[in-house]
Amino acid sequence: MELLSLSAVELSAAIKEGKTTAPKAMEAVLSRIDRTEGEYHCYVTIDREGAMDRAVQVQRRIEAGVLSGPLAGVPMAVKDNLCTEGIRTTCASLMLDNFVPAFTAEAVRNLERAGAVLIGKTNMDEFAMGSTTETSYYGPTRNPHDSGHVPGGSSGGSAAAVAAGECFFALGSDTGGSIRQPAGHCGVVGMKPTYGRVSRYGLIAYGSSLDQVGPLTKNVEDCAAVLEAIAAHDPRDSTSVRREDNRFTDALGEDTAGLRIGIPRDYLGEGLDEEVKAAVLRAAEMLGDRGAVLEEFDLGLVQYAIPAYYTIASAEASSNLERFDGIKYGHRAQGVRGLHDMYKKTRSQGFGPEVKRRIMLGAFVLSSGYYDAYYLKALKVKALIKKAFDRAFARYDLLLGPVAPTTAPKLGESLSDPMKMYLGDIYTVSANLAGLPAVCLPCGSGAGGLPIGLQLVGDCFQEKKLLTAAYACEQAAK
Amino acid sequence: MANKITEEIIEYVSILAKLELTGEEKEQARRDMSNMLDYIDLMGELDTTGIEPMTHVFPVQNVFREDVETNGNGSQQTLQNAPEQKDNMFKVPRIFD
Repeated sequence: MELLSLSAVELSAAIKEGKTTAPKAMEAVLSRIDRTEGEYHCYVTIDREGAMDRAVQVQRRIEAGVLSGPLAGVPMAVKDNLCTEGIRTTCASLMLDNFVPAFTAEAVRNLERAGAVLIGKTNMDEFAMGSTTETSYYGPTRNPHDSGHVPGGSSGGSAAAVAAGECFFALGSDTGGSIRQPAGHCGVVGMKPTYGRVSRYGLIAYGSSLDQVGPLTKNVEDCAAVLEAIAAHDPRDSTSVRREDNRFTDALGEDTAGLRIGIPRDYLGEGLDEEVKAAVLRAAEMLGDRGAVLEEFDLGLVQYAIPAYYTIASAEASSNLERFDGIKYGHRAQGVRGLHDMYKKTRSQGFGPEVKRRIMLGAFVLSSGYYDAYYLKALKVKALIKKAFDRAFARYDLLLGPVAPTTAPKLGESLSDPMKMYLGDIYTVSANLAGLPAVCLPCGSGAGGLPIGLQLVGDCFQEKKLLTAAYACEQAAK
Repeated sequence: MANKITEEIIEYVSILAKLELTGEEKEQARRDMSNMLDYIDLMGELDTTGIEPMTHVFPVQNVFREDVETNGNGSQQTLQNAPEQKDNMFKVPRIFD
C-alpha cells in the first residue's frame, strides 16, 4: 500500500483496520521529507523524535479503542504562527527565532485530542504578512508543482507540505486569503471558516478582527473532517461563537440541485488571466450540470475591499506587534543605551521589511489627525461591503469565482513591487472583512501545469453548503 | 495625499512604531507609504455619510467570567523565554540615568 497516496481520512481508516500503523505513516512522511524538503523547504521546524514518540503513543490509544475518529494516527503540519508547547514557534521571524511557547493553540489541541500527530511547523510569510512565503526570515518555500514558482502565502509552507506529501493535512491561518490563495497555487483544498467558528487562542495575532484558523487538505472530505475537529466554542477566545451545527462531514454528498450560485461579474473582469477565468467557468458549468442554478450579478464595491483591508489589517498589526519589545520573549538587541533605545533597536533588527512597512502604515492610519480619514473610513467601507454581501446572500446560497487573478508567480517576481502583490488579494480579502466562510479547491491547471483555484464563498456559518458544493465539484472533475 | 507624506511624518510615525530606520529605509518607507495611500485614498470616492463604523461583523459583547485562577502558576515556564531575568522577574535595561 502506497501510504502517501491516501487521504487523511483513508489513512486513519487503514490504521483502524490494522493495515498500517500511525508510526508507519509517520515514517513514510519523514522519509518523503528527507527526499523533498531540501528542494521545497515547507518547514521551519521538524520535530522528528517527538513526532515518532507521539505516533507510538497514539497507536497504543487507537489499539486500546480510546481513539476512533477520522483523524486518529494521521501526521499533520501546523503553521508556525500557532503556538505549540515545547516546540519553537517563530512566525518565520528573527523576532521569535528562539521562542518556545508554554502552551498549545486550541485548534492544535483539538486535533491532538482527535489523535492527529504533529510533525512540525510550517514556513510562512513573516508574521503572516505577504502572499508568497518569500518574506520568511528562513527563506522561501517553493511550489511543489514547479519549484521555480512560489507556493503563495502566507500559509505557503502548509499548502506546499500537503501538495508534496510532506504531511497528510495542515493548519493555516487566513487574514486576507492566506489559506485559500496558497491552496489554489498548490492545488490543494483550503478553507477559511466563519470568523468565530475556530478558536484563535494561541494563534499569534496579525489582524485580530480578520484572523481565522483553518484546514489545508488533500481533498474536500479531509477538509470537512479537520473542520469538524477544530470548530468548537472556546471561552479563552472572546470572539469564539457557540454553535451546534458542527457535523460538517454530514454535508458531503448532499444534493446540489436547486443550489443558487451567484457569480460576481466584478470577479471576472480586468486583471483576471484568461486561463484562470476559463477554468473557473468550467467548474461553474459542472455545478450547473448537477442542478445548481447559476447567475452572474454585480456584487459591487470590489475595488474598495483592498484599500479597506490594508488599512484595517495594518492598523491592527501595528497594535498587535507592539508586544514584541525585547522584554518578555524573543529577540533583544545588545549594546543598547537604556530601555527606549533597546525597544527601537530590538524591533528594527527583529522585524523584516514587509512587517516594518505594515507597522508604519498602521501607526500612520491610527495617528492623531489621520484616524478619521483612514481607519474610521475603512471601518465604514467594511460596513458597506458587509451590506453588499448581505444583499447577495438574500438571493444566492453561495458565490463562486477565482481565488487569485493568476497562477503562482515566479520566485522573486513579487517582492520588488508590494502594491502589485497586494492587488493579487482582490478576490480573497472581502470574505475576511465580512467574516464569511470561503473554500478554495483545485479546478484545473494553466500553462506549465500550475494549479488553478476555484473559490466558493458562503454566508456566515454556511460552511456545510460550501462543503456540499465543493464536494460535488471535486466528484464531477474525477 | 501621497505628496503630503513628508520626512517629518515618517520621522513621527517611526517614533510611534518604535522603529529606528536608516536614511535609506526612511526614503523607502516614504515612497511605499505614499504609493499605498494613493491607492487607499480610493475609499474617499465612497459616500459614507451616516454609516456606522463596523468593528466586528457579529454583535460582540464583553465576555465575563469569575475572577478565579484556572491555569496554575506558569511563571517559571513563562520566564524561560525572557531574554534576561533576575529573582523571578523580567530584567530590563536601565530606565533612568
